[in-house]
Amino acid sequence: MIQRFADWLVYDIFGLDASTALGEAINFFFYDTIKILILLFFISVIMGIINAYFPIERLRNYLTSRKLYGLQYFFAALFGAITPFCSCSSIPLFIGFVKGGIPLGVTFAYLITSPLVNEVAVAMFIGTFGLRITSIYVISGILLGMVGGFILGKMKLEPYLSDWVKQIQQNSTSDSGTWEKEHTPFFRRLPIIMQEAWGIVKGVLLYILIGIGIGAFMHGYVPEGFFEQYMSKDNWFAVPLSVVLAVPMYANAAGIVPVIEVFVTKGIPIGTALAFMMAVVGLSLPEATLLKKVMTWRLIGIFFGLITLFIIVLGYLYNIVL
Amino acid sequence: MEIKVLGTGCAGCKALYTTVEQVVKELALDAVVTKEEDLMKIMEYNVMTLPALVVDGKVVAKGKLSAKEVKDVLTK
Repeated sequence: MIQRFADWLVYDIFGLDASTALGEAINFFFYDTIKILILLFFISVIMGIINAYFPIERLRNYLTSRKLYGLQYFFAALFGAITPFCSCSSIPLFIGFVKGGIPLGVTFAYLITSPLVNEVAVAMFIGTFGLRITSIYVISGILLGMVGGFILGKMKLEPYLSDWVKQIQQNSTSDSGTWEKEHTPFFRRLPIIMQEAWGIVKGVLLYILIGIGIGAFMHGYVPEGFFEQYMSKDNWFAVPLSVVLAVPMYANAAGIVPVIEVFVTKGIPIGTALAFMMAVVGLSLPEATLLKKVMTWRLIGIFFGLITLFIIVLGYLYNIVL
Repeated sequence: MEIKVLGTGCAGCKALYTTVEQVVKELALDAVVTKEEDLMKIMEYNVMTLPALVVDGKVVAKGKLSAKEVKDVLTK
């Protein structure tokens, strides 16, 4: 349906020729933009609804009040995936977890998955790569959080937390039942959730337009298989190189995914592209500087280093399997 | 009434501060509105979602709020 609308708009109304690069690029632009905006809005609404019923305080109480025999890593990573990530909340969250006596490893599981799997990334992935690749991305994101959190937890990194966090940790109590159930009925909440979803769409709109614009241009003008000569599967250093380049980047998922999609259609292996995107979305310099408030540089280094390494391994794995 | 907006300076926190100031003006409330940006102080309120709204030392709301919600909370 969206494709028909884009065809009609570009070929009939604008009068562009479907066989020209310009026509194809503009058609691609309209089709992708409309599709992704609709997806983003709906996914944000769904996540908003889930969040209204599972606030983070509830997760914390759940994790502190029960013996979960290792499953806590799974829950923390899963919640990281379904809660919206806002960099301004990541530190209070971290402290909140530490304060509640949640082990550092479990906190890391949350911290790894939360930025990696968010509504914007998921919407962009479904819109550009389809459901199969999106599920692979989401599942890897959750697994990465679990495994990464577990290993970081085993490494006994508590001494590398900053001093005031250590103090908080010593005074931690599992008695943090400050979470009060809200009794606002669903139909009264929905308008607020929709408003917030619209806010998310508005917030990334510009990045989406720029990203899809660049993607559309390349889609129309860069020849098929163009990148293959530079980054084929046989190139063993392509994965680590793209991951290491991606870590300091703080490109909004909204802007980067449409560009990467075109890279893939023009010959970059999907595994390399996925690893690149995980590194862009999951790790960034601004995040590192924020974490400085609660960790020493050494701990941030271990954290980022380990995750980078895992993403590189995942990249190779994707290239073999996919 | 003493109103505090907790936030580390992100866009949502600044927006809430502006909204609160507007509401206070509009309803002509006798209130002092301040911003708390020091993370260590913020954490003393035991919140995990920012921004958060504190009235007379008690956390009354968390997350982004519309002007109407702020009005509801402040006139309660």
